[in-house]
Amino acid sequence: MDARIKIRNTKSILFKSLIIFLAFIITLPLIIVLLYIIKMGVVQVNWGFLVHAPTPEGVAGGGIANALIGSLIMVGMSAIVAIPVGLSAGIYLSENPGTRLAYYSGLCVDILQGVPSIVVGIVIYFWIVKPFGFSAISGSIALAIMMLPIVVRSTEQTLLLLPASLKEAALSLGVPYHRVMLKVIVPCGFAGILSGIILSIARIIGETAPLLFTALGNVYISTKVTGPMDSLPHLIYIDAKSSYQDQIDQAWGASFILLMFVLILNITTKLITRKWNIQL
Amino acid sequence: MEHTVVSATKFNAWFGDNHVVKDVSISIERNQCVAVMGPSGCGKTTFLRCINRMHELIPGATAKGSLKLYADEVYSMNPIYVRYKIGMVFQRPNPFPNLSIYDNVIAGYKLNGLSMPKAELDRIVEKSLTSAALWNEVKDSLHKKGTFLSGGQQQRLCIARAIAMEPEVILFDEPTSALDPISTASVEQLFHELKENYTLIIVTHNMQQAARVSDKTAFFYVGELVEFDDTKQMFTAPKDTRTQNYITGRFS
Repeated sequence: MDARIKIRNTKSILFKSLIIFLAFIITLPLIIVLLYIIKMGVVQVNWGFLVHAPTPEGVAGGGIANALIGSLIMVGMSAIVAIPVGLSAGIYLSENPGTRLAYYSGLCVDILQGVPSIVVGIVIYFWIVKPFGFSAISGSIALAIMMLPIVVRSTEQTLLLLPASLKEAALSLGVPYHRVMLKVIVPCGFAGILSGIILSIARIIGETAPLLFTALGNVYISTKVTGPMDSLPHLIYIDAKSSYQDQIDQAWGASFILLMFVLILNITTKLITRKWNIQL
Repeated sequence: MEHTVVSATKFNAWFGDNHVVKDVSISIERNQCVAVMGPSGCGKTTFLRCINRMHELIPGATAKGSLKLYADEVYSMNPIYVRYKIGMVFQRPNPFPNLSIYDNVIAGYKLNGLSMPKAELDRIVEKSLTSAALWNEVKDSLHKKGTFLSGGQQQRLCIARAIAMEPEVILFDEPTSALDPISTASVEQLFHELKENYTLIIVTHNMQQAARVSDKTAFFYVGELVEFDDTKQMFTAPKDTRTQNYITGRFS
């Protein structure tokens, strides 16, 4: 009897060790990639690197200001488009779960989430770039389309978690529907909604494919949204293929900056959900 | 008749095809505490939710017949105005988790965007919390979140929130069913004080509670109003056999 229990205990310990080991294994690639990018990239980064445009191939110095500014402008513009639309759609979906419109728009959101980013890029290329030319605007539209499903679903899921009694409490005080939504329901789900938005930004800031043939890229610092504009992932893509070491180093530096963006955005989300989460 | 606050005449309510309130006629007088009781699914909560037009918020829910607040037909009034005049307290305490205790009390004004001088708001908060027997417990923590209070305190906060709007009638939907006996006792004590100023309609599963707090009791059974009489009369000599069966516990 005793021996059997011992065998069982040993099995339990073995199983536990195995899952701990595997859990550790999956963190390794991330840690290795992170460390390598930091090692290669951090030496490239200095003030000049952030504020100067790239130099021609073979010329030392230069920076990634064109891509940095481009990324910020394009992500900003796509957020301006995607957040209000995504929020409203998310509110609609959480409020009217049974309706036909909700069913089909929910379905569309799921499919949109699965569409490869290069396909989004190609659609925008034929619709907007062909008639109007390469521009930051077309890049932003492609990014907004990538961002939209994440904002919609995270808003919907957050609001669905709120108890119905909350809405009833507000309605029973004679508060009209739009104020119930804007003053009670959305504020109560604010932390979740904001996390969704930040995560969606973290997702699109590293997208290269939809920008390849929409925003095209630009070696000069440009803030003209109707013209071609560079972005961090695009600059990395171009520089990494170069045969000059300067260019390759620049790609590492840009990768490091991009990585920092994503890391900071993710950590911010964690902090927001921890700090602002409302105790129901 | 001028003392009648809420009156229903041949009032019906449905959920889709399900006829849940059938031809109910009742008249409720001012400053009375009326208990509405009956077995589960008898339509008592639905009837209550019709009075401040919360019933229609559920998809497929309809209502027909006459339901009046004083002389005005509730179903021809703007529902927002109806809900100003007829407050409601729910089964589970539901203070707004994003608001402080202070803001919860004045939520009716704040959420409706009615601005008021600070002194006036302070007065409303103190008066409402005092009426809800909560002022002494929370006066030093008015700006903490309402959800830090205990269940019983939260329910009294919800009562304060309803009182703050100065309604004519306050509806209670099984207000103590989620509370422990001590909190229940404090809320029941409150009913006696509240009826000095308001008309109270309380849906309850608990017959002892109905007997303890109400002046009049309405007994609902499968959607019909079977009997409506003085509570004493109802519990000592019910006229209808169904009421008698329910009170003596033959079904519940």
